Amino acid sequence: MEEDRVYQSMHELIRRTCTDLPQDILDAIENARAAERAGSIAQATLDTILKSSRLSRERTLPICQDTGALLALIQSRPGMDVVLIEEAIRKAVRALTAEGILRQNCVDPLTDRNTGDNTGQGAPQIHCELADGPTVVRVMLKGGGSENMSTQYSLPMARIQAGRDFEGVRRCLLDAVHQAQGQGCAPGILGVCIGGDRASGYLEAKRQLFRRLDDVNPSPVLALLEQTVVAQANSLGIGPMGLGGRTTLLGCKICVAGRHPACFFVTVSYSCWATRRYQVELDTTGGIGAWI
Amino acid sequence: MDLIHLTTPLFPEVVRGLAIGDMVDLTGTIVTGRDQVHKYLASGGKPPVDLSGLGIYHCGPVVVGKEGHWRISAAGPTTSMREEPYQAEVIERFRPGAILGKGGMGEKTRAALMAHDCVYLHVTGGAAQFLAERIVRVEAVYLQEFGQPEAMWVLSVRNLPALVTMDCRGSSLHERVREESLAGLNAAYGAPFTGGHPR
Repeated sequence: MEEDRVYQSMHELIRRTCTDLPQDILDAIENARAAERAGSIAQATLDTILKSSRLSRERTLPICQDTGALLALIQSRPGMDVVLIEEAIRKAVRALTAEGILRQNCVDPLTDRNTGDNTGQGAPQIHCELADGPTVVRVMLKGGGSENMSTQYSLPMARIQAGRDFEGVRRCLLDAVHQAQGQGCAPGILGVCIGGDRASGYLEAKRQLFRRLDDVNPSPVLALLEQTVVAQANSLGIGPMGLGGRTTLLGCKICVAGRHPACFFVTVSYSCWATRRYQVELDTTGGIGAWI
Repeated sequence: MDLIHLTTPLFPEVVRGLAIGDMVDLTGTIVTGRDQVHKYLASGGKPPVDLSGLGIYHCGPVVVGKEGHWRISAAGPTTSMREEPYQAEVIERFRPGAILGKGGMGEKTRAALMAHDCVYLHVTGGAAQFLAERIVRVEAVYLQEFGQPEAMWVLSVRNLPALVTMDCRGSSLHERVREESLAGLNAAYGAPFTGGHPR
């Protein structure tokens, strides 16, 4: 791969992620708008969201002023390309911060100072997975408000009478939605991992947010659980931004990961309506081969 | 619903006329203040501008340009609840007319709004471009040592749309939705998952 082409690709991938709300999410918000009562606060709120998202796309400016923390997942064959891509991501992040596309969102906890360019110890967060086939790069910009609403349950949990089964998982997910109210910028999307450990649960839950909203989980029981949680969450009346209404969740995406027999974690990555993620396939020169 | 036009400075008699559910638009001067600014103001710090009657906006904008030529490129609200430990004190000491943010605030702030004729205005989270359009000018910036998103930006706004969700009579739309949704949650808990669990 060519260094400069890889850089241009990463710059374009991150810029688009920040400024162009994915079509499946826009469509879901349009549907939600149609489902709300005419003249309600909920409908007015969704109107504002739709108008703002169209403006950001037209002007290629940030959808939300919290341009989030960047998570990148690289899938590649072993080799030097991975190093090139990682370096290109860091360089693109610094450039996009200087351009005013990304807000300065990295604080060094030791000094409490903003690093000013969105890079620092462990930031941006880049994970690499070795795999055969074309090189794929996935990027997510996740805001701090919704990240604060993410949570992890260890079952059984007496407070919500959640046992170690899917009924217990359902209770966790509804509790997470109720606890969040509007604070994670509802209508939100839940990425969920059942199982794993304390660390892998959060990453797997977040990875679920890359799934298209209109896909169907290949596991029938998980597909039913996803549908059930969305329908029941939307019956709570929390509504857009927590101001009341019929749309509290746009989606719920659940995966499982092998668990230690002693552990039963349910991990929830709460994402706001402005869920920003894109994925690309890179060609052999480092250019964007396809948006996937 | 009719839109109520508000202009800063917000006088107590105007604030007392507002109730939860009122849609308003605000014209005048607001200052941004997030975690660092609130911590600073609540722990004895002096505000660089007189805040009386102004709006304090929980917002960390994206700003481009340089000294004297700043431009706001995105400016939606941040979660207000993080300022709950400080907000009551800031209201009591500096008497802003309105607090703007998202997600609502807690009991201490509710009491301070009542005691000092202040109102909480909810701004749609994430709608950064729609809101940035209503900011006509950056008047000044202070406390830049807190970093760009955390600094105090003094902004001129025109027709900034918002919803009254906590009024100075003690009502909170957030509290109402929380209570009603708790009833909904308990009802949903009563309908167990029918998919079963593989055994």
